[in-house]
Amino acid sequence: MNHWAFVSAAYVVVAVGSAGIALLSWRAMRRAEAKAEGLKRS
Amino acid sequence: MDSPGNPRYPARVATLHALANPARFLKLARPLTPLLFWAGVALALVGAWSGLTLTPPDDLQKETVRILYIHVPSAWLGMGGWSGLAIASLSYLVWRHPLANLAAVAIAPVGAVFAALCLITGSIWGRPAWGTWWEWDGRLTSMLLLFFVYVAYIALARADADRGGDGRVPALFGVAGSVLLPIIHYSVIWWNTLHQGESVLTGKIDRTMVWPLWLTLSGFTLFFGGVVLMRMRAALASQKVEARMKRMAAQ
Repeated sequence: MNHWAFVSAAYVVVAVGSAGIALLSWRAMRRAEAKAEGLKRS
Repeated sequence: MDSPGNPRYPARVATLHALANPARFLKLARPLTPLLFWAGVALALVGAWSGLTLTPPDDLQKETVRILYIHVPSAWLGMGGWSGLAIASLSYLVWRHPLANLAAVAIAPVGAVFAALCLITGSIWGRPAWGTWWEWDGRLTSMLLLFFVYVAYIALARADADRGGDGRVPALFGVAGSVLLPIIHYSVIWWNTLHQGESVLTGKIDRTMVWPLWLTLSGFTLFFGGVVLMRMRAALASQKVEARMKRMAAQ
């Protein structure tokens, strides 16, 4: 049994999961703040 | 009475009330968001790299022991996330600060992701270590329950917001859900489980192997804080837009 295959799979899952939630949250923040700023100016 | 005018009013509560002001909160959150996020990413990367390359393999588990450096922080944040959610919900129920409710709602999806990551990495670790992907034992089942409770909270908070609720029902659910935390923690003591007992804080792991765990633990915790701040800022900005639109429609 190749143990490194399991180790790599676990690290990839955590990298994808953390990057995914960070990206979604950052995009939501940027969009919402840009919209609020746009409305403030108009 | 526990009020700001009272000289015996605790300073910690006064700070909490001051931070509950959205303008003050944003003033602090804007510089803190990138700081927490990038410091967390850097620490987690250094910890993960050290865990993969600088520590010796375990005598029994061989290389698979390296999953420890990401599995334990995921479990810690899955449970820590719900602790934060429960505290925020309780603060909302007691002091009625809308920011507390906002914090609880912001924590939920991030905590759910880490609870899921804990379950998945645990399952991947279980296959070579125990010979099975899954076992209905106390620790695994209670952690799976926590994940479902997160999903239920997210659905409840969304439904409550859609029907114009004041957030009290999800807050009560947030506080009630914390009953799962001691069950998860003590599951390895109360029941005979495949999952190993408490080993990180009891010093059962050799010092040459445990040190990168402190880096990934602190790194993922800061990362978690940064992401929650992003979600809180997004929610506050959306509330501002909604309020402005309502004012414009009324004119």
